[in-house]
Amino acid sequence: MNLIQKIQAEQIRADVAPFNVGDTVKVHFKIVEGKTERIQIYEGLVIAMKNAGIGRTFMVRKISYGVGVERVFPLNSPRIDKVEVVRPGKVRRSKLYYIRTKIGKKSKVKILLPSRKEEVEAQQN
Amino acid sequence: MIGLIGKKTGMTQIFDDTGRLTPVTVIEFEPNVVVGKKTADADGYDAVVLGVYDMRKIRITKPYAGQFPEGVAPKRILRELRDFEKEVAVGDKLGASLLEGLRYVDVTATSKGKGFQGVQKRWNFAGGRSTHGSKFHREPGSTGQRTYPHKTFKNVKLPGRMGRERVTVQNLRVVRVDAEAGCILVRGAVPGPRTCTVVVRDAVKKTN
Repeated sequence: MNLIQKIQAEQIRADVAPFNVGDTVKVHFKIVEGKTERIQIYEGLVIAMKNAGIGRTFMVRKISYGVGVERVFPLNSPRIDKVEVVRPGKVRRSKLYYIRTKIGKKSKVKILLPSRKEEVEAQQN
Repeated sequence: MIGLIGKKTGMTQIFDDTGRLTPVTVIEFEPNVVVGKKTADADGYDAVVLGVYDMRKIRITKPYAGQFPEGVAPKRILRELRDFEKEVAVGDKLGASLLEGLRYVDVTATSKGKGFQGVQKRWNFAGGRSTHGSKFHREPGSTGQRTYPHKTFKNVKLPGRMGRERVTVQNLRVVRVDAEAGCILVRGAVPGPRTCTVVVRDAVKKTN
């Protein structure tokens, strides 16, 4: 492993729960206001992930008071407290930009149910 | 002034305390060996000669080896650093720990060669209009006029070879000094391609 990979590996956060495009997530983001720090929760649908390594980002879309809001978070940022998966989604593409133009039922992503194998494993545990 | 000969390893990004991504260049240091010293009495100026990278035996000629003092293996790259502020003796090895505590550095290297370039890329000329009958696109324009001055002045900006020249970038902030890995991270870009030789000095225009 070369030096640059080493420097990057130090910063990559494995603790941010693995989630995928199509999942509905709650991002717990640290906001610094002067001296105090608080956690803001941003909930929405992950519609894209971009870049690799330390610069990896994910885009979360939600509808706020009838207006679509998209926010890009750096995946490895120390300001991300945690990412909770609220609802895993079943999608067939890596970028869900088409959702911007859809309204109503078409703007929904199907829930990803665990496979039979995973269910059996979960029961055994 | 203090400084070291290093190798540009490449660029990456670092999150700082506030969670902002900072672009950084990684510069690695092999042990810098003090090969010689110049003194004001003997040479007219004070300087320390640093050397890095041992040479393959077959590459060492006797005249080249002759300039190195005893006990110091011939080095491939030599650089003189004037008015070295740290007391060093010939044969001493210097590493990245020398740069600890510095806030800003200047970095000197040979920039990437761009080949033969026109005036727009080389000298930032504005160029002419692309359309509406314009026949003046990327030309350098007039250079010598007619009766007067009737010649092209020296140093007129014209197309030609660009890059591959000695460039110093000043006041690069030191993000991190890692003596163990033998590298430093400076904010922003550094001239030259990856693996090129760079000289890192403490910043002239900043008080460290």
